[in-house]
Amino acid sequence: MLEFVVRVVGVLVAFLVAPLVVGQAEHKVMAHMQSRLGPMYAGGFHGWAQLVADGVKFVQKESVTPAAADKRVFEWAPYVAILPYLAALAAIPIAPGIVGADLDSGLFFVLAVMSIGVLGSLMAGWGSGNKYSLVGGLRVAAQLMSYELPFVLSAASVAVAAGSLSLTGIAEAWNPWWLLWQLPGLVVFFIAGLAELQRPPFDMPVADSEVIFGPYTEYTGLRFALFLLAEYTGIVVLSALTAVLFLGGWSGPGPDSLGWLWTLLKTALVALLVIWVRVSFPRLRADQLQKLAWQLLVPVALAQLALTGVGVVLF
Amino acid sequence: MTTALFAVAAVVAVVSAVLVVTSRRIVHAALWLVVTLGAVAGCFGALHAEFVALVQILVYVGAIVVLVLFALMLTKAPTNPLPTLTTARSPFAAAVAGVLALLLGTGVVIAFGKEKIKPVPAGDAETVGTAIFKTWVLPFEVLSVLLLAALIGAIALSQRKSGES
Repeated sequence: MLEFVVRVVGVLVAFLVAPLVVGQAEHKVMAHMQSRLGPMYAGGFHGWAQLVADGVKFVQKESVTPAAADKRVFEWAPYVAILPYLAALAAIPIAPGIVGADLDSGLFFVLAVMSIGVLGSLMAGWGSGNKYSLVGGLRVAAQLMSYELPFVLSAASVAVAAGSLSLTGIAEAWNPWWLLWQLPGLVVFFIAGLAELQRPPFDMPVADSEVIFGPYTEYTGLRFALFLLAEYTGIVVLSALTAVLFLGGWSGPGPDSLGWLWTLLKTALVALLVIWVRVSFPRLRADQLQKLAWQLLVPVALAQLALTGVGVVLF
Repeated sequence: MTTALFAVAAVVAVVSAVLVVTSRRIVHAALWLVVTLGAVAGCFGALHAEFVALVQILVYVGAIVVLVLFALMLTKAPTNPLPTLTTARSPFAAAVAGVLALLLGTGVVIAFGKEKIKPVPAGDAETVGTAIFKTWVLPFEVLSVLLLAALIGAIALSQRKSGES
């Protein structure tokens, strides 16, 4: 019983802290990459409390439901967007045993719940009663249909390589050769993951110069904050998943007891890369987006799966 | 415990399935479909077929419902309620559905009524994979060919020039 409580509290703390850390890192890293300072005042030291202040501000704001909105769908959308990521976070191990819930089909569990999260964006797009929201929702759906396939295929490749669907089992089966052997899969997984999260350069659904803020245009206050939190939790889930599946999770120099530190370090590195990509690349157009998915990522993912199959049978 | 969980999931599935067809707003119908398919996944989960349950969510909720919602956005479906959505044929459709459910139900009861499903871990990925790719590999391949034919047919239809008949 005590163990259960510890696990639940641990997952909740990770859920509440990690996205804020990533968000704050984005503020500061992006600012310095653009020769700015970013937030400097909130909390005193280099604006560390900026996101806490943002949270307090969001809570105080009025939650407006537009008159033309489909009330129930509109109100439920933020929760549908964020809860799946909480569930996904619970299934990702940091070290053997340090996990919310160690599942036999952990990989499929995470992929399945992540695919539910996108329904939140679609519901927001449909329920808002706003044409920009609807166009944004349309773009979300078009993007997700293309990128779900390479995402799952590249994840399946490591599952085949490890001969296991458990995230712990995959990370244990990892060895440094995978960095070469599974490199195409890693690249496809990361790019498709970015597109699933609608992060730049795949942020066409929320392109501010075209559709204001896409599906989230009509949201205010706490509900808007929940969508933002869902995006950053998504980054944490994607980074942790990349670290555990492709980068070996807790394997690294030093004693085994420090394994969790390696997982966190690798997760942080991938998250930094997510931010870096946002600063570096311009937004993709709709046709470029589809072309990239179907003509590059899907073939590469299929080739990786075939290569993995050959490798598993031969060695 | 298993029976109770299964019963709850089944009731949710049936109720939300009824709401799918009676819903006045077409988007609500699609969203109730999410609940139905999720509850069916719950039924699988209650029977310890966790892998099948997860694949059900991944494929149906994650891909097919997104496709449905996407297709809805491309239609002229307004977000307002549609009073004309139910046609005069709906009682007939309900009767057909009821008869079909009765037929399938009796079929299942006659065929498997006396068998007891043991909640053993028979639903993990390994068992399912062995069953599909060893025991049932021929039907699986036949279905694959069928799907491939449908896929090629869809591509051929979409490639047809507007000048041709």
